[in-house]
Amino acid sequence: MSQRWAFKHIVNYFMLGLTGLCALVTIGVLFFILGYLVYNGAASLHWSFFTNLPAPVGETGGGIANGIVGSGKVLLLATLIGIPIGFLGGVYLSEYGHPTTSFVIRYVTDLLNGVPSIVIGIVVWVLVVRRMGHFSTFAGGVALGIMMIPISVRSTEEFLQAVPQSLREAALALGASKWRAIATVVIPAAIRGIVSGTMLDLARVAGETAPLLFTALGSPFWSAGWNQPTATLPVMIFSYAISPYEDWHRQAWAGGFILLTGVLLVNIVARMTLARGIHIPR
Amino acid sequence: MTTASAVNKSALPPGRAQAFLKRLQAGEELAHAMAGTAAGAIFVITALVLYELITQSTLARQKFGWHFLFSSTWNPVTGDFGALPFIYGTVVTSILALLIAVPLGVGAATFLSELAPAKVSNALTFLIELLAAVPSVIYGLLGIFVLVPILQHSVVPALKAVLGALPIFAGAFYGVSYFSAGIILSVMILPFIISVSREVLLSVPRDQRDASLALGATHWQTTWRVVIPYASKGIMGSIFLALARALGETMAVTMVIGNTPQIKASLLAPGYSIAAVIANEFTEATGDLYLSALIELALVLFGVTFVLNGLARIMIMATGTKGTH
Repeated sequence: MSQRWAFKHIVNYFMLGLTGLCALVTIGVLFFILGYLVYNGAASLHWSFFTNLPAPVGETGGGIANGIVGSGKVLLLATLIGIPIGFLGGVYLSEYGHPTTSFVIRYVTDLLNGVPSIVIGIVVWVLVVRRMGHFSTFAGGVALGIMMIPISVRSTEEFLQAVPQSLREAALALGASKWRAIATVVIPAAIRGIVSGTMLDLARVAGETAPLLFTALGSPFWSAGWNQPTATLPVMIFSYAISPYEDWHRQAWAGGFILLTGVLLVNIVARMTLARGIHIPR
Repeated sequence: MTTASAVNKSALPPGRAQAFLKRLQAGEELAHAMAGTAAGAIFVITALVLYELITQSTLARQKFGWHFLFSSTWNPVTGDFGALPFIYGTVVTSILALLIAVPLGVGAATFLSELAPAKVSNALTFLIELLAAVPSVIYGLLGIFVLVPILQHSVVPALKAVLGALPIFAGAFYGVSYFSAGIILSVMILPFIISVSREVLLSVPRDQRDASLALGATHWQTTWRVVIPYASKGIMGSIFLALARALGETMAVTMVIGNTPQIKASLLAPGYSIAAVIANEFTEATGDLYLSALIELALVLFGVTFVLNGLARIMIMATGTKGTH
């Protein structure tokens, strides 16, 4: 065995080992984040944390109940706005689109997906908040709704595309019109993927903070209606974390723990469902 | 009116008119129109974002012109606004993030696509995608309470002992800084680089690898000289995507960059970024010019990410379609 041969193989093992190390470091970061949040957040959790309003500075025992309810309301609105547009857009791309228009819509969707969330916040502030004259739950819902559209479009399209062409042809051959074929055969065949995609989409915007800063704003009370500012979980975590109070920091950790647990659980469930569903070719 | 439409209809060949009516009755045209409207709405929303940013920033654009991008004064009291400190902070933190995340990310992606057995690779990718799902405010939380103390007590003193003579590590360190923001950003963009690069590497045709191995190259030589160059455009695309994310990232950066509008060569100094200044000052901005200047900052951010995302998509598509497979 020549020296050159040995060198070549030492380099081989060394570099391949190094790539493994890179993967290990990344996974390590994930477990560190999880571990740290569980360690710090779970310790501060208490049942009252889920049911109480925030306490005034100096008093302990406040909760984030209004933030959880507020986030729920904003997300409900976002889903009602974002999912119909995203879903129908995806149906258009997969079933109706002309190659050129599809390309343009797909490209624009990707670009919209890349718009920084804070920019969406500003645009919704201009369009909704300034026109209405005040911050509101509704504006927060619009901002997150716009953010949900691109992912919904692309996942719907992807899962519809994965439905075999022969299924469509079979439906048409039986005399179904095109939209009946889509509505009763193609969409049901892809429904599991579409629902999972929607869940992932929701989990993604659930943690969005920046666009809510100038739309839903925040509030120490229960939100009085769709038309009033509301507290949301991510914004509460943010403002507690940058506050100077020890007790609020503890609550930020607990809030962070709740948010992360929710987001990761939805992710895991959605991805597990996907893995058992139709296989998406790479 | 009725006669006009009757004339129109009779102008169509009878077969087509009947077919149209039949489809209308079956809801066919309605379904098509609904899907088309939704697709059009996406286009309209994106155009509206651009339109509002441009019109709402008119005041600042007219007053400062291009000077806005090169001036480093930011004084809401005198109404003098320049974006340079924010642009500088955004660029410095993003470059730092790329310097850390690109080698780590491409390395990990290489491991996942070239070395790890499919099952292990899929399981690890699953975990890495979970990392991408962690909300940015959580990264900020960890940044403030975990990363900053670690940097302050162990990393930075060690860095200064070794490289303290360099201007980029000069000056006092108070925890919040470009450096902290860059590190947090690198963790945030890592999952994007890994999952996109892995996809691209997996799409490199098998015969490219076989040909190289058959010539006696080692596994690593094949990876480094054949597979990675073949996928290089797509990997660049993933880096652009990650860069666009880093530039627009708001919450985590706001929480650890220090929020001080200044330009310092030292990475250890506190700074500011475009997204952070918008997040902090937008709700408190008084006066049309102040608002307009902040919206112009958003326009700058939008423009840059728009271009980067556009380029990234083209590059990723280019890798997907070239070659024999």
